[in-house]
Amino acid sequence: MKAKLILLGCWSVMALVSNSCLATNGDSTVIRHHSPVTDPGNAGLKLPAGFKALKVAENLGEARHVAVTPLGDVYVKVQSSKPGKAITFLHDNNGDGKADVVKSFGTYRGTGIIIKGNYLYASSDEDVYRYKLNDKYQVINPDQPEKIITGLINRHQHESKSLALDNDGNIYVNIGAFSNSCQVQDRAKGSKGIEGCPILDSAAGIWQFKADKLNQAYGDGVKYATGLRNVVGLDWNTQQNQLFVMQHGRDGLFDMFPEYYTLEQGNELPAECMYALKKGDNAGWPYIYYDGLQKKKMLAPEYGGDGKKTGGENAIDPVAAFPAHMAPNGLLFYTGSQFPAKYKNGAFIAFHGSWNRQKGQKGYCVVFVPFKDGKPSGDWEVFADNFAGITNIQSPGQAQHRPCGLAQGPDGSLYVTDDVKGTVYKITYSGK
Amino acid sequence: MKRMIVTCVALSAILSLMAQAPKTTPGQQSKIRGKKVYEQYCLACHQVDGGGVPHLNPPLKKTSFIIGDKTKLIDVILKGMQSSVPIDDEYYSNNMPPHNFLKDQEIADVLTFIRNNFGNKAKAVTIAEVKAVRAKQP
Ligand code: HEC
Repeated sequence: MKAKLILLGCWSVMALVSNSCLATNGDSTVIRHHSPVTDPGNAGLKLPAGFKALKVAENLGEARHVAVTPLGDVYVKVQSSKPGKAITFLHDNNGDGKADVVKSFGTYRGTGIIIKGNYLYASSDEDVYRYKLNDKYQVINPDQPEKIITGLINRHQHESKSLALDNDGNIYVNIGAFSNSCQVQDRAKGSKGIEGCPILDSAAGIWQFKADKLNQAYGDGVKYATGLRNVVGLDWNTQQNQLFVMQHGRDGLFDMFPEYYTLEQGNELPAECMYALKKGDNAGWPYIYYDGLQKKKMLAPEYGGDGKKTGGENAIDPVAAFPAHMAPNGLLFYTGSQFPAKYKNGAFIAFHGSWNRQKGQKGYCVVFVPFKDGKPSGDWEVFADNFAGITNIQSPGQAQHRPCGLAQGPDGSLYVTDDVKGTVYKITYSGK
Repeated sequence: MKRMIVTCVALSAILSLMAQAPKTTPGQQSKIRGKKVYEQYCLACHQVDGGGVPHLNPPLKKTSFIIGDKTKLIDVILKGMQSSVPIDDEYYSNNMPPHNFLKDQEIADVLTFIRNNFGNKAKAVTIAEVKAVRAKQP
């Protein structure tokens, strides 16, 4: 019965895919890859045939993003203000995949964590730190990181500062908009959008800084891309040498504008979008949103839109679009060789799961999008599912786990963090 | 889904009962009207089960606001809430917009509904109480 339900859930997701949710046209045969793995040892996850999962660790707290060292040790950014709980280090002594050493350090909330070269970078909701690594890629001085970026705006909403690095010594930081749609009064029915939205000056974009310079403030950085409401998942695509980001689309079309949108439209609009960014790009927030059903940039109703007027002539188009409100919190381009060839250079996205749909939530899964030459080469498909542990989620509090961060291990395994219970999953492929 | 069907059945039962025998107390009637207000203006954020959204929107289950001082509670509805202050030791990132456009009756109803739902048990909020708090708004 349960399996049937899951399958049904899967089908409805797939139905959505083939109907409407993709910017690129899809191949509906992808669904055949989803035969459920029945092994209860897969840590409760449902994976494509040949994949297995295990829990590296659990109960770490609110495990946000994750980084894996070239030797397979794991650093998890934990969203906690408790003393000494900012980052958890995991080490496996006996090679069974489970962490035997669990240590934590640092005192600051925050989401971002990433390893590049001989440094571990981590962010609070205002600052970015780096920690020097030793020859075993372990943090040398956990209590004395260098502060490389400081004073980024944190007004509570969309506060996480996710990180990516390129190969030229630059670090990219998301600064989310502290607002839903730049209204005079955030989320208030009838409140208009502010002309020349001032939030764009200090937030709602990606800022570029130097990875090795200390105490950089706004003035030392470059507003690399703007008009991005809130990005939590971002990754530097080394094949394209380009930054890709996942935007959290706006809320409240139906709640605030029932005169223009039905409940169903409110559920399905706007798309969660993937953008490939170049310096100077503008994705159009708050003036527009992307309608994944019509595949058009639409004028936001706070700025005179009505669900029909298009807009954003100067705004870039997404490279891929996904069903609304699923909250993409992790993005990873897979460069490993462990998984079958189709996964190479494709994108994994961790969808934290929606809350602002009505009559049933969506997401709570990791999806995969195949890529060729920097563009999606096929439909997205659900890769890892059943994090929530229940079907037909009505309220996000019901989910037992919610995927958030992604990282690739040196052997090509995929790591996924869960910020409900603090689980770190490791997904491997054996073909069996 | 099951729960939704059950609530739907329960609701229509209550409604038809009301139609036949107008014996429900004013408090019960206020709760029924309050549920409607909740669904239209609060449910999207605080969720169908009043559970809120972890770390984003607070639950409406036995928080100090819900079962505490009515004046403060009415104030939250009128002014909204954009503080960064933890609620019962937990941070919530989102903003709550003001709902001062709701009528006194609607605010009394929705608060009576949440104070007697989601596992809460507290006294009804009256129109007079809402009026009094609204009068003190700047
Ligand atoms: C846009 C989302 C949103 C809507 C709509 C909304 N709220 Fe809230 N509500 C919040 C958030 C977020 C907070 C906490 C804000 C903070 O921490 O500063 C909150 C706080 C509260 C609180 C106080 C804290 C607690 O949990 O006890 C109450 C009571 C409340 N809301 C009731 C309501 C009612 C009743 C409605 C409908 C009339 C409503 N809210 C509509 C998001 C919302």
